[in-house]
Amino acid sequence: MPANGAPTKITQGTRTKGGIGESTLRPDGTLKVTGEFAYSSDMWHEDMLWGQILRSTVAHAEIVSIDTSEALAMAGVYAVMTYDDLPTDVRNYGLEIQDTPVLAHGKVRHHGEPVAIVAADHPETARRAAAKIKVDYRELPVITDEASATAPDAILVHEGRDDHHSGHVPHPNIVHRQPILRGDAAAAAERADFVVKGEYTFGMQDQAFLGPESGLAVPDEDGGVHLYIATQWLHSDLKQIAPVLGLPERKVRMTLSGVGGAFGGREDLSMQIHACLLAMRTGKPVKIVYNRFESFFGHVHRHPAKLYYEHGATKDGKLTHVKCRIVLDGGAYASASPAVVGNASSLSIGPYVVDDVDIEAIALYTNNPPCGAMRGFGAVQACFAYEAQMDKLADAVGMDRVAFRQLNAMEQGTIMPTGQPVDSPAPVAELLRRVKAMPLPPERQWESSEGSDVRQLPGGLSNTTHGEGVVRGVGYAVGIKNVGFSEGFDDYSTAKVRMEVIAGQPVATVHTAMAEVGQGGVTVHAQIARTELGVTQVTIHPADTQVGSAGSTSASRQTYVTGGAVKNSCELVREKVLEIGRRKFGSYHPAWATAELLLEGGKVVTDGGEVLADLVDVLEGESVEVEAEWRHRPTEAFDLRTGQGNGHVQYSFAAHRAVVEVDTELGLVKVIELACAQDVGKALNPLSVIGQIQGGTLQGMGVAVMEEIIVDPKTAKVRNPSFTDYLLPTILDTPIIPVDVLELADDHAPYGLRGIGEAPTLSSTPAVLAAIRNATGLELNRTPVRPEHLTGTA
Amino acid sequence: MRVNFTVNGRPQEADDVWEGESLLYVLRERLGLPGSKNACEQGECGSCTVRLDGEPVCACLVAAGQVEGREVVTVEGLADFAKQRAERGGCATGACGTDGKAGTSLQDAQHWAAKGQDSQTGEGTELSPVQQAFIDAGAVQCGFCTPGLLVAADEMLERNPNPTDADIREALSGNLCRCTGYEKIMDAVRLAAARQGEAV
Ligand code: FES
Ligand code: FES
Repeated sequence: MPANGAPTKITQGTRTKGGIGESTLRPDGTLKVTGEFAYSSDMWHEDMLWGQILRSTVAHAEIVSIDTSEALAMAGVYAVMTYDDLPTDVRNYGLEIQDTPVLAHGKVRHHGEPVAIVAADHPETARRAAAKIKVDYRELPVITDEASATAPDAILVHEGRDDHHSGHVPHPNIVHRQPILRGDAAAAAERADFVVKGEYTFGMQDQAFLGPESGLAVPDEDGGVHLYIATQWLHSDLKQIAPVLGLPERKVRMTLSGVGGAFGGREDLSMQIHACLLAMRTGKPVKIVYNRFESFFGHVHRHPAKLYYEHGATKDGKLTHVKCRIVLDGGAYASASPAVVGNASSLSIGPYVVDDVDIEAIALYTNNPPCGAMRGFGAVQACFAYEAQMDKLADAVGMDRVAFRQLNAMEQGTIMPTGQPVDSPAPVAELLRRVKAMPLPPERQWESSEGSDVRQLPGGLSNTTHGEGVVRGVGYAVGIKNVGFSEGFDDYSTAKVRMEVIAGQPVATVHTAMAEVGQGGVTVHAQIARTELGVTQVTIHPADTQVGSAGSTSASRQTYVTGGAVKNSCELVREKVLEIGRRKFGSYHPAWATAELLLEGGKVVTDGGEVLADLVDVLEGESVEVEAEWRHRPTEAFDLRTGQGNGHVQYSFAAHRAVVEVDTELGLVKVIELACAQDVGKALNPLSVIGQIQGGTLQGMGVAVMEEIIVDPKTAKVRNPSFTDYLLPTILDTPIIPVDVLELADDHAPYGLRGIGEAPTLSSTPAVLAAIRNATGLELNRTPVRPEHLTGTA
Repeated sequence: MRVNFTVNGRPQEADDVWEGESLLYVLRERLGLPGSKNACEQGECGSCTVRLDGEPVCACLVAAGQVEGREVVTVEGLADFAKQRAERGGCATGACGTDGKAGTSLQDAQHWAAKGQDSQTGEGTELSPVQQAFIDAGAVQCGFCTPGLLVAADEMLERNPNPTDADIREALSGNLCRCTGYEKIMDAVRLAAARQGEAV
């Protein structure tokens, strides 16, 4: 395997400073460190009211009655609304299936479902008023797992389904089912010398973005509304909001406010419609801000899953077949479940060559909290399971675990279970080699001349050990994630780029509707404009719906797709600028007509470097503007019976090595190091790339050893909706995260880049689990691992 | 009720404050200072960290009435606060640590540093060393944790100008960040410490 692939093609603007490939700094950095950056919860308006949502206290019940009279009578309360007050017949919303009621209608299907909304002049008044609304529930039995969902007499979570999946699912409590059949797994199993089976459980993880769901809705004079909001996709929100309000889309103006992280949790609507309804009802601006308790109910989570796997191999270590069944709990509403099923099934065997597979993935409707998008999107759960299987099988064959993976690693040209060929670099074996080659952290690193530093030991400042009973373990994992929206989705983006002279300088303005959620898209857009247009000054216009859709900030897609759209619009602008140049100055120099021309350093130059004109002179008295859509290669749907189809745009790969120290007596784990190697195609901004990889890695570690939403199986109620009881990794829990970045260009993608945000979240979790197994010798078939799983007291 | 206190060196008066309101609410919603963040309002995340008479506290856990007559410094005042401290010889409160534990060398601290020219907004804004280091080291993604981390990190560097990595982790363990994996935050604090050491 070559250490470096085809050189990335950049023909334009390589001499302009601050272009792609440099670690330029965030344009919003100064505002963010001074506290001036306006997040959605910071919005304030003269005369504004505060909205509050009343949520169900039970998971599954009929609503017998709702009495709002006491709440309405309270001083300071301006409005109370229930289902009956909704202005139009469109009373549901949803990303793909419109099954989610804006406010509960006759029934609640999960704990924390919105039932009524209140607007008042103080947030505490609104909270107290909401508490005064009397809801009479008649409780129903709860559906909480596959057995209860598909029992012959199971209550249907949604009666009378007529969505586009309802026709092919085996039971109405199954949202979507995607089988993938390729080759003959049963026949191939006969050739296997070793077969390993496993049953795995993946807990419910929360995105836990720090900026709470929030926004401000301001009624407009024309009867419309202007919503300042933190979201991942303005235009998708708009499409769902406008019909419920009974407004044409142009009367719902959306401006992106500062977004305090997202990780998938802002793909679905939260308080958007509620704030708009209250603003239109009261004629006043309405602000809604969730607190953390409410946030745990206010967005979908990562699907918990049960995964059943069988892998086989010959005695020389070649995989023969994989059979697997992945059961995702989608909770009460569909959200992104169908697409998560598509991902889980198509990526279920990981980055390996297996020709004979029998795969099935389903998502259930239950009365558990709704689950949808979270970084890694179905590929995370699968990776946890198939990597555990790969370790087991390597051990059975008697091979080194890394060597076994490398022997079966996919490469460019490998055919996916879906029949799709992998047509760009797939350096799976190389990433494993790199991550393994990194030096290991020193043993007993907690020892110093001053004794043991307990901060470096399992248990930390609780001072539970000074090294006694502490065992080190090392584990490896690698994963595959798709980039972009798959299965035939029209996954385009739009960019508007203008070029003009301002104060004697050529300036480019980039306007997209891309949601900057922290990933650094705005930084990269400025870099692309510099590279393509040869200017230093780039203004990033605030994201809003006055420009075409940018698609979602998810699926690792924005640098690829909106980055691609910005590049494309810049190229179109460049052509127009050169046309103006030819018109104005063409007669002075023959190269205008004959040479390849570039924009660099504020000038028009030939590819030989000869300066033909200053951009300031070319653009004097002119401005050039282009708004254009851009698309990547189209994809196809997966066949509903065989799962065959060229469903994905691009694949992204990362590998991890985890080093852990386990206090085996107390069951406490300290992750010492999580080394990552990832192929990024082309690092447009190396500093941001590393930041993404480290952040993704830590989220993967979180669900390995601490993060889980606990849902009571008897009541389907959430037990730990707080940062006191849902534990996020702190800086003390966090290992060092060395990163090795590989850049093998994907010739189909702009600049050869690869979407990077999600891949590191996949392999991190199984690597940590493998390291804990290595330290303890335990089987550990569930994640997250808690102390009782290590001490045998579970 | 009415609450009088000093915020970032300026006397402030908040009227009609309801007893249950937190200092965080008063800062954000009554005084127009939303820089301190509201990620949990449960005392668990540190995004609301401010200095109260010099001590770092979670503003969401402090009742507004408790700050009567006291001094608060928020992220909005951090640059000025640090500047004044520097003018008074690197120690605004007189509580600066002196136990010269080996910190990170400037060279080590800077190896990731990027030279940027991208900050078009807020150009010319004067920043404290720790604010600048957060930008330079790439420690800011969504930035929601940043204000609280800056206040906490600045306070730690005031006490302990040469922190070890373990010291930094301990001092910042009350501040959650969901985006960065903390590595660049470590880099930023090391960088601020190294620059501060060089400047003295
Ligand atoms: S908002 Fe105060 S600690 Fe989280
Ligand atoms: S929480 Fe987003 S940068 Fe720390």
